[in-house]
Amino acid sequence: MADRYLEPDTPELRARWGAFAFSSTWEEKAKAAIGRYPEGRQKSAVMALLDYAQRQVGEETGTQGWLPIPVMEYVAEYLDMPIIRVVEVATFYMMYNLVPVGRFHVQVCGTTPCMLRGSDDIMSACMARGMRVGHTTDDGLWTLTEVECMGNCASAPMVQINDDNYEDLTAQRLDVVLDALAGGGQPKAGTQEPGRHTVEPLGGATTLKDMVTENHDYRGEW
Amino acid sequence: MLADKDRIFTNVYGYQPWNLTAAQARGDWDNTKDILAKGRDAIIDEIKASGLRGRGGAGFPTGMKWSFMPKESKDGRPSFLVINADESEPGSCKDREIIRHDPHKLIEGALVAGFAMGARAAYIYIRGEYIREAETLFAAVQEAYDAGLIGKNASGSGYDFDVFVHRGAGAYICGEETAMIESLEGKKGQPRLKPPFPAGAGLYGCPTTVNNVESIAVAPTIMRRGSAWFSSFGRDNNKGTKLFQISGHVEKPCVVEEAMSIPFRELIEKHCGGIRGGWGNLLAVIPGGSSVPLVPADQIMDAPMDFDGLKEVGSGLGTAAVIVMDKSTDIVRAISRLSAFYKHESCGQCTPCREGTGWMWRMMERLRTGDAAVEEIDMLQQVTKQVEGHTICALGDAAAWPIQGLIRHFRPELERRIAENLREAAE
Repeated sequence: MADRYLEPDTPELRARWGAFAFSSTWEEKAKAAIGRYPEGRQKSAVMALLDYAQRQVGEETGTQGWLPIPVMEYVAEYLDMPIIRVVEVATFYMMYNLVPVGRFHVQVCGTTPCMLRGSDDIMSACMARGMRVGHTTDDGLWTLTEVECMGNCASAPMVQINDDNYEDLTAQRLDVVLDALAGGGQPKAGTQEPGRHTVEPLGGATTLKDMVTENHDYRGEW
Repeated sequence: MLADKDRIFTNVYGYQPWNLTAAQARGDWDNTKDILAKGRDAIIDEIKASGLRGRGGAGFPTGMKWSFMPKESKDGRPSFLVINADESEPGSCKDREIIRHDPHKLIEGALVAGFAMGARAAYIYIRGEYIREAETLFAAVQEAYDAGLIGKNASGSGYDFDVFVHRGAGAYICGEETAMIESLEGKKGQPRLKPPFPAGAGLYGCPTTVNNVESIAVAPTIMRRGSAWFSSFGRDNNKGTKLFQISGHVEKPCVVEEAMSIPFRELIEKHCGGIRGGWGNLLAVIPGGSSVPLVPADQIMDAPMDFDGLKEVGSGLGTAAVIVMDKSTDIVRAISRLSAFYKHESCGQCTPCREGTGWMWRMMERLRTGDAAVEEIDMLQQVTKQVEGHTICALGDAAAWPIQGLIRHFRPELERRIAENLREAAE
């Protein structure tokens, strides 16, 4: 985590983001998040609010969003917290972007289970398209990150792009997904293995076969 | 093989909808009021008798954990149940399937467990990267509220119980129970010193129990079918059914619910289509997620997949995340990548871990290429021992064990690389 740094607090940054405030959509979500915690424990909602703020920044910039210092200050004030406590949270958790990212945040899992199934090829396929780890391409389209285990190990290797996972990838399958995204399409999320539904063994489930075709109730057999 | 009728997570592959109507047709939320009517002590006794041990890795008996909660509040503090859905252990991918395909088992389990321990509410802490899964969970919780199953007078039991979802934002360490509590309070996820234990002072300083998703989600079925049914699977001290997650070099990686103590070979043959390239091609297995030491092929093949069986071969069941490696694997790189993982995920609070994980990873990278001296293997072993047991939480141990396993079983390979590197340098 040591290689994370904050975007410098400049007059330009203040001019752009100093007046940040939640839109009505995100404000409503923020209020609901605060409502999930006991009275006086509103700062429990800081993680949710930072996520919402990042998403609103994303909407305003046509990217996946990030957290400029003035936006963190806004969240701190919203929750009546010292700014440093908000910065601590924003820098501690990896999903908060501390610098601007592109329209698509390509997060390639490189931990051992994915590595064993060929994540090196996935990473190379991204590089071959001009992406570099930790950078955004000049056209503002792609930001590439190598991430740690995303919990899709039985359908590895996988990539998370924005809010969706693409699993059972090969370099070719990833290219199809990226081409579709670049062309404004929305490729099918989940496994990219033809004939596989989710995490059942490829070629068909070895168990619970009744469930494939009907919502079977096993209680009659207890 | 476990019969389909004895599987708890019947919709684990998501062929059928996750919603309330479909879940009820499968048997969830079926007269939950009757389960609660048995009373708190009866529920805890039943769970104790079932032999259920925590499914999050440590394997602590679940019923006993619940019984540590105060029977009643003497000072007005409420109690909380925190459900650990921060599934981030490399190799683990079971809670995701429960949450996105069978969320009502978890929510019903939250009510049953929460009632049994006298909790006022449950917080389900789901890892931030499970974005779509969290959407499903939020929607499922709302369905349960709308149907009166949770909330005021939950399921008509007269008991008020709330279930809230809290999304993480990308930190493995938040899977540690006190780090999770810190995170829920809106802070950095850095583990707390124990004592005080969460059952005395946890979330907001109130009595708290932290349980894994799977431990909670199986509770309603155990209550319906009885502890004798659940404990009819698996060896003594290792009872029940379990979601196994097999990844790596098998023909067909998958998640599957099986009886505890199933032999490794049977698990792989029945559900995974065998080892890639045949059994002769098996090199080693990490049987319980990245934190447990690897086991070489000849020792794992016939080992029973349970807590004690894997302890006997110097490893552990962990979350039953089985990472299989065949002979094409660069075993040093595979473990070194895990070292990189722990370096990345160390919260930075304790010096032995913060500095040690980085040091161990750099050393592992040198051993990977053979750019080291033979004595440095012993030095690395010694450093892992200096990290292990010297930190607030178990992340330091988890970072040390895979390396110790590598040195224990593959020392000749490490020495071979060093010798080869020396030879190449001389040429």
